[in-house]
Amino acid sequence: MIRFENVSVTYDGAARPAVRDVDLEVPEGELVLVVGPSGVGKSTVLGAVSGLVPHFTGGTLHGRVTVAGRDTRTHKPRELADVVGTVGQDPLSHFVTDTVEDELAYGMESLGLAPDVMRRRVEETLDLLGLAGLRDRHISTLSGGQRQRVAIGSVLTPHPKVLVLDEPTSALDPAAAEEVLAVLQRLVHDLGTTVLMAEHRLERVVQYADQVVLMPGPGERPWTGAPAEVMAVSPVCPPVVELGRLAGWSPLPLTVRDARRRAAPLRDRLEGRGPGRDTAAPRTAPPAKRLLGRARKQTDGAPGPVAEVRSLAVRRDRVQALTRVDLTVSPGETVALMGRNGAGKSTLLGALVGLVAPASGSVRTGGAVPHRTRPRDLVRRVGLVPQEPRDLLYADTVAAECAAADRDAEAEPGTCRALLAELLPSVADDMHPRDLSEGQRLTLALAVVLTARPPLLLLDEPTRGLDYAAKARLTAILRRLAAEGHAIVLATHDVELAAELAHRVVLLAEGEVIADGPSAEVVVASPAFAPQVAKILAPQPWLTVSQVKEALER
Amino acid sequence: MREARGSERPGLARPRPERGTPPAGVPVPRSRRALHPGAWWLWALALGTAATRTTNPLLLALLITVSGYVVAVRRPHTPWARSYGAFVKLAAAVLLLRLAFAVVLGSPIPGTHTLFTLPEVPLPDWAQGIRLGGRVTAEGLTFALYDALRLAALLICVGAANALASPSRLLKSLPGALYELGVAVVVALTFAPNLIADVRRLRAARRLRGRPDKGVRGLVQVGLPVLEGALERSVSLAAAMDARGYGRTAEVPPAVRRTTAALTLGGLLGVCAGTYGLLTAAGGSYGLPVLLAGLASALAGLRLGGRRTLRTRYRPDPWDARAWLVSASGAAVAALLIVAGSLDPGALRPGVVPLEPPTLPLWPAAAVLLGLLPAFVTPAPEAARDPRKEPTT
Repeated sequence: MIRFENVSVTYDGAARPAVRDVDLEVPEGELVLVVGPSGVGKSTVLGAVSGLVPHFTGGTLHGRVTVAGRDTRTHKPRELADVVGTVGQDPLSHFVTDTVEDELAYGMESLGLAPDVMRRRVEETLDLLGLAGLRDRHISTLSGGQRQRVAIGSVLTPHPKVLVLDEPTSALDPAAAEEVLAVLQRLVHDLGTTVLMAEHRLERVVQYADQVVLMPGPGERPWTGAPAEVMAVSPVCPPVVELGRLAGWSPLPLTVRDARRRAAPLRDRLEGRGPGRDTAAPRTAPPAKRLLGRARKQTDGAPGPVAEVRSLAVRRDRVQALTRVDLTVSPGETVALMGRNGAGKSTLLGALVGLVAPASGSVRTGGAVPHRTRPRDLVRRVGLVPQEPRDLLYADTVAAECAAADRDAEAEPGTCRALLAELLPSVADDMHPRDLSEGQRLTLALAVVLTARPPLLLLDEPTRGLDYAAKARLTAILRRLAAEGHAIVLATHDVELAAELAHRVVLLAEGEVIADGPSAEVVVASPAFAPQVAKILAPQPWLTVSQVKEALER
Repeated sequence: MREARGSERPGLARPRPERGTPPAGVPVPRSRRALHPGAWWLWALALGTAATRTTNPLLLALLITVSGYVVAVRRPHTPWARSYGAFVKLAAAVLLLRLAFAVVLGSPIPGTHTLFTLPEVPLPDWAQGIRLGGRVTAEGLTFALYDALRLAALLICVGAANALASPSRLLKSLPGALYELGVAVVVALTFAPNLIADVRRLRAARRLRGRPDKGVRGLVQVGLPVLEGALERSVSLAAAMDARGYGRTAEVPPAVRRTTAALTLGGLLGVCAGTYGLLTAAGGSYGLPVLLAGLASALAGLRLGGRRTLRTRYRPDPWDARAWLVSASGAAVAALLIVAGSLDPGALRPGVVPLEPPTLPLWPAAAVLLGLLPAFVTPAPEAARDPRKEPTT
């Protein structure tokens, strides 16, 4: 169905090809997953299938790409529109019209299908993707999962033979991600659609793949194989595979179910050892080594909470976004806010930094009322890294950004740069923030926020678009910050990250707190939010591979 | 490429009836569909026309109330519908500005009731006829108020059209040959709200950097990132549209293509020549026929040009009886006020010298009330749903 013959792509002005020597054949009706670290050219490979590379992006493509027998060299993207459906990373920039129903019909209108065919397919697709209740809704009012499903639906209606998806589940909560994946499964199994997909969250998708294409590094030859084979050597892999490698299971299990069936001996070995890291109690006593050496000193005795939220209610656009929320965050504590898209996580973070004013109830961060405090004073109390870290960056070089951050925070010149050098040693002064990778940009934004030394650090969806290496780096940084006495609150869909980092998990639903307790208890009790290791080793309270590893080495 | 369309699949694809056959077994709950957007625009613009025929503040207030009532009970629950508030604010601003000008620059209306006197700024000779400051009379102010109220009513009527049927829906009813133009406008229109959202988000982000998030400087500094973001989004939207088949064209024989070009160009020339003829004294005889012939030829060209586009339209808004009623009610208001204006100019344009309280002329007022018809004949918008993002499970 899709065939790459010796394909290399070089973008204009680039010294090296973005991808080299890609030989790949995707048979009809398979679900093929493209994996690899950030920046190895996964999006380029996907773009080549729809013809957007090189027709739209520019650059030179050597070799030959054929889709359903059509050569992308001679067929423009619009002439492939009836065989290839493409959904990019950001569904919002994919939408042409403004309501769900019109959006589903748009592609068919362009292809000139008969009105009655269009009508029938729209109805079928609404049912297939569970969108029937949303048909008249304005797209701007939909949640992330709904948008992703509408985007997939909008390319499904012309009945393409091939579906190309770039990170379809990265921005979704676990339940919504499963919903999208179930739809893809159905398309592959029932309709024989060929799916080519890139995704960082392997724990969600790898078990559905028929083939995995591993792109090990920039410019390196990709190689293709059965998921278990590839995962055995892949530099990026989900926790289930990591645990399998640790325990020496062969063939490697890819699903929680397979792993559980082999895990009995491992459970026996782990019996009685107990997780090494005490996830329940926040560590208030800072360890000897301080990463930044300047986190605010804790007053002796019982430290007061850095943030206190009392029966907070927030209304946004006539919608009750939060109702009677109570939350206390102590120094040194890491709290994960979880819950489905639109549950009010970002609103709660916004209330903590004064971006949203409470309708009733009270918010205090560091003894101040955030929305009444001047921004200049507030940055010393609380810092937020927003969902899109780029929003925080204005300057055109990293050095200028750091200088501006020092001025904003009234810190000594060089503070931010020194922080950045510790967090991210490799970055050059004259880089444009836009040219940084997703993970580097996040770290830069983090350094900018930390310049003012806020005792409370908030992060909104920090791992979106990060590969496993970048995520591991972020985890290490946040751990050290927490150890120094920073309180951290992160809103995240990433259960693995929450399991790694959080002492406490707060679950939100419909703007209310529905669970608040130590991570091990809250997360393990919920099938949707349990990390893979917890599912495999249940009923023992293990959350992460590193815990298991530590315990085995003891 | 046409043979590759509509691949037959188990599950989704059933035998497909040929184009043009009536839809079989497809339920068409038409009542759910909203009124044709063109009807709303005609109605609102007709009310606007009516507003330009009178300066009677009571009639104008009645017109504003009528359109406001219909908007209040019939506007759909879309973000676009909230633009009505913006239009009302704009109208109020226009009103205040006009009054301010009347106070500062004076008014040509002679008046005897002096309210107060501003110090007059002496101006050089070449600025004769312009006055800064001076006497402010009740008559002058009243005249300015009536005049401004008329403009405000017109603006509010346009706002009503915007709120009741978004212009993007109206553009969907364009003929096929103009479709690409329509899409360009639709995309531009959907970008405006995105741009505003971007500005808000980036101003909020300034707060996170410890910079003041209010004031003009804040707005200027986020300008560049906002534009950058908009540009990036348009590029990715263009890519998505391309990948979804935007701009696919059908092969048409060269003869048809040439005829289309000839008809369109000839038609436009005819329209120009005809208009010129109508406007000059000499061309009174040939003006109208040439104009009409030009129009016909241009329309034929458009229609023929439509063959090049493969596009079909999904559930076009039907122009039904209700649409006729709505547009007719607007047209009736406009027509009756025009008639009333010629029959009884005094009532529709109350004098300001001498100053007298305006009276409500009875039958023009009754005519304005006809504009309320849409509030009763059109379907009510669906009950306000909780616009909260629905749970994804």
